[in-house]
Amino acid sequence: MTETIQNSVISVLIEDESGALARVVGLFSGRGYNIESLTVALVDAEQKLSRITVLTSGTPMVIRQIKAQLKRLIPVHDVCDLTEEGPYVGRELALVKVVSSGERRTEALRIADSFRARPVDTTATSFVFELTGSPEKIDAFIELMRPLGLAEVSRTGIAAIGRGPSVFHLKKEPV
Amino acid sequence: MTAAERDAGTGNEALNGAEVLLRVLDEEGVEVIFGYPGGAVLPIYDALFRQDRIRHILVRHEQAAVHAAEAYARSTGKVGVVLVTSGPGATNAVTGLMDALMDSIPLVCLSGQVPTKLIGNDAFQEADTTGITRPATKHNYLVREPGALAQTVREAFEVARSGRPGPVLVDLPKDITVGKAPLTKPALSRLRRLSHQGGPDAEAIARTVEAIKTAKRPLFYTGGGIINSGPEASELLRRLARKTGFPVTSTLMGLGAFPSPDPQFLGMLGMHGSVEANMATHGCDLLIALGSRFDDRVTGRVDAFSPNSFKVHADIDPSQIDKIVPVDVRIEGDVRDTLEALLEAWGDTPAPDLSTWWNQIASWRSVDGFGFTQDMTPSAIIRPQHAVRRLYELAKETGRDTFVSTEVGQHQMWAAQHFQFDRPNRWLTSGGLGTMGYGLPAAVGAQVAHPDALVIDIAGEASTLMNIQELGTIAQYRLPVKIFILNNHYMGMVRQWQELLHGSRYSQSYSEALPDFVKLAEAFHATGMRATHVGELDDVIRRMLAHDGPVVADICVAEGENCYPMIPSGAAHNQMLLGPDQDSEAAGLTEEGKMLV
Ligand SMILES: Cc1cc2nc3c(=O)[nH]c(=O)nc-3n(C[C@H](O)[C@H](O)[C@H](O)COP(=O)(O)OP(=O)(O)OC[C@H]3O[C@@H](n4cnc5c(N)ncnc54)[C@H](O)[C@@H]3O)c2cc1C
Ligand SMILES: Cc1ncc(C[n+]2csc(CCOP(=O)(O)OP(=O)(O)O)c2C)c(N)n1
Ligand SMILES: [Mg+2]
Repeated sequence: MTETIQNSVISVLIEDESGALARVVGLFSGRGYNIESLTVALVDAEQKLSRITVLTSGTPMVIRQIKAQLKRLIPVHDVCDLTEEGPYVGRELALVKVVSSGERRTEALRIADSFRARPVDTTATSFVFELTGSPEKIDAFIELMRPLGLAEVSRTGIAAIGRGPSVFHLKKEPV
Repeated sequence: MTAAERDAGTGNEALNGAEVLLRVLDEEGVEVIFGYPGGAVLPIYDALFRQDRIRHILVRHEQAAVHAAEAYARSTGKVGVVLVTSGPGATNAVTGLMDALMDSIPLVCLSGQVPTKLIGNDAFQEADTTGITRPATKHNYLVREPGALAQTVREAFEVARSGRPGPVLVDLPKDITVGKAPLTKPALSRLRRLSHQGGPDAEAIARTVEAIKTAKRPLFYTGGGIINSGPEASELLRRLARKTGFPVTSTLMGLGAFPSPDPQFLGMLGMHGSVEANMATHGCDLLIALGSRFDDRVTGRVDAFSPNSFKVHADIDPSQIDKIVPVDVRIEGDVRDTLEALLEAWGDTPAPDLSTWWNQIASWRSVDGFGFTQDMTPSAIIRPQHAVRRLYELAKETGRDTFVSTEVGQHQMWAAQHFQFDRPNRWLTSGGLGTMGYGLPAAVGAQVAHPDALVIDIAGEASTLMNIQELGTIAQYRLPVKIFILNNHYMGMVRQWQELLHGSRYSQSYSEALPDFVKLAEAFHATGMRATHVGELDDVIRRMLAHDGPVVADICVAEGENCYPMIPSGAAHNQMLLGPDQDSEAAGLTEEGKMLV
C-alpha cells in the first residue's frame, strides 16, 4: 500500500438542483477530504448539468474513495479523474489588485506584461490585472507583485478539461 | 399547467397535495405509516382521516417512529414509512434516519415544512430540514412545485429501495399539501444509472471460483447485505456453503442469514465475536466477504486483520470495496446474483478436503469463548448470559415465529452470542450507529408488521429508558411485545470499558434512581414481572411468553459481569481477551488503542 499523497483534479457532472453543491461540499468536509479549490458552473442548460472541478489531494486509496463516494450522490451523473485519465488542461483566472506609484508601478506593469496579465482597471495609483494560467503561474505572479504593492487577490480556482478529442460527457439521456 | 393537462394526469379529480401523496403511497404498496402530527402536516393527517387503506401508528416520539419503521422494513423487506411535522418533529427524527443510513435500511420519511413563501424567514417551527438531514439520509428532497410532488415521492421510494438501501426524506411545505396538485403518471426514472447494470463480472467470478478450489483455509464472512438482498440470498448462501463445505462467520448485522445452530457456522466475528470466528478470520488463506463492510468492530487493528488471506469482496456499493481493507478480487453487484453466479460456476465440483482446517477450527471451538457457569442454587444471582440462553430455549419451545430486537450495550452482545437464529429478518439491532433506545420502538414496528409473531426486545435498563414512552404506543395498539430487561444497574458496556481502560473509575455509569419497572409497566397498562434469583427465572420467562399482552420483565442480573470474548480497540483478532483474569496488556491493549472507541 502506497501512502504517498497525490494531487488529483476531479471533474463532476451534476444535476443543477437545489442543494446539489452542498451535497458535494458536505461530502468532502464530512469525510475529511481536502478541497484545494472547487469551481462550479452550469455547462448544459438544456440538461441542467453543472460541472464541478475539484482539486484535491490524498493517498491513492483516499482518491479512489472520493470518486466512489461522489458517484453515490443521486444528482451526480459522472465523475472523471483528469489526473488519472491522461493529459488535461487546467486553468485558473485571477484578478490581482496592485496599489503603488512611481518605480514600483512601472515595474508591476512590466512584469504583468511578461505574464500576459492584462490591466482591466487602471487608476493613477492602482491596477487590476487579469491573468489566466496554471495555479503555479498565478502563484508566481502574485509573489512577484508582493513587493510592488499587491493589495488584493481574487482567484477562481482551477477549471479543467481533458486534452484531445475524447469527451468525458456526451450523454444526452441520463442512462 | 392548463386544466386539460391536469385532467390528463389526474383522471379528472382535483386532488390536493396531501391526497396525491396518499395515492402515491398506496401505489407504492404502503400499508402502514409511523408518525406524529403537528401543524405543518395537518393536511396530510386530514387526508389520512378520510381514507382507510393506509394505517397510521401513532408513536410517542418521532425518533421512535423512525426506529419502528426501520424494524418494520427489516422484518418485512419493504420500505418503512415515517410522517413527522416540521421543526422539532423533523429534528427528533434525525437520530433514526442516521441509524437507518448506517444500517442500510430502506425508509421514506415525510416531513412537514412551513409554506414555501415563509422558508428562510425563521418561521414558526421552521428548520432547514433538508440541510440538517443531508448527511443523515441517502438522499433528500424539498418539494417546491405541486407538479413535482407525485414524481418526487415515487423517486424517493425508488432511491430508498434500490442498490444499497437507505433512508430518504421528502420535505413537504404546507402549501404543497394544502393546494391542488396533479397526480402525474409515473415518469421514466432518472435513476436507472444508479442501479447496477448486468450481473457480476464474469472474470471476478472465475477468479473467485479458482480461489475456492485451491484454498486450504477458507472462510465466508457474511454481513447485512445478505439480509438486504432478501431471503433468496440467504438460501443461496446456504447452498454455496453446503457445496463447498466452507465455514461461515457473520457480522452482527448478518445474523440469521446462515442458521446459527449449523455446525458450519462459527458464530459472529469481531470485537465480541466467538473465538473460532476470530481465529479463523485471522488464520484463513481465503476470505470471501459477502455483503459486509469491514467495519472497525469487525476488523480490529486493520493492519493485522486477516493478514495472510486472499480477499474477495462482493458488495452492491462500490464505495465499500477497498475502503478499509484492500482486496484481491472485487465483485460489484447484488450479492444474490453473485451467489447465483458462484453456484453456477461451481456446478457439481465436489467439496474440497478441508479436514485439517476443520480440525483446527474444532480446537478453537473447544475454548468455548461464550461459555459461562451459572450457579443453579435457586437463590443464586442470575448471569445475563444464562438469562438470554433460557429465553432462547423457552421461546423456541413455543414453536412461534420469533423476532428479537435489542437496545445497545452488553445485553445486545449477549443476545447476539446466545440467541440463535435460523432465518433472516428476525434479528433487529442497531449496529452502525449503536443507538440506545432503538429496541423498544423496533419491537413496536416488528409487532405491527407481524401481529401474530412473538416479538421480544432484549433490553438494558439504561437504554430502554431512552424510548420508554413507547409503552404508550404498545398499550394503544395492544401490541403483545415482550420487553426483557437485563437489569445490571449499570450502563454495563460503559462500565466494562471504564474497568478495562480507566482504572475502574465508574464515572457516571451507574444507573441511579431507576424506576420500578413492574410498576412502570402497570402504569402503561402492561404486565410487569421480576426475577431476582435464578430460581425465579424460568417461571418469569414462561409466564411472559404465555401472556397474550405486553410484558415488561425486569430480570435482575449480576452487576459486574463483562462481555467476553473481547478484542480491545487497536488489538488484533488473535489477541482476544477471553475473561476477567487475563492480562489485558498481553492481549494487545495499548495506549494507542485507548484513543479508539
Ligand atoms: C456495542 C456494539 C458492539 C458491536 N460489536 C460488533 C462485533 O463484535 N461484531 C460485529 O460484526 N459487529 C459489531 N457491531 C456492529 C458494527 O458496528 C457494524 O454495524 C457491523 O459490523 C456492520 O455489519 P456489516 O459489515 O454486515 O454491514 P452492514 O452495515 O449491514 O452493511 C451492509 C453491507 O452490505 C452491502 N449491501 C447492501 N445490500 C446489498 C446487496 N443486495 N448485495 C450486496 N451487498 C449489499 C452494503 O453496501 C454494505 O457494505 C457492534 C455494534 C455495537 C453497537
Ligand atoms: C444514544 C446513546 N447514548 C450513549 C451511548 C453510549 N453507550 C453505549 S452502551 C451504553 C450503556 C448501555 O446501558 P444498558 O442499556 O443498561 O445496557 P448494558 O450495557 O448494561 O447491557 C452507553 C451509554 C449510546 N450507544 N447511545
Ligand atoms: Mg445495564
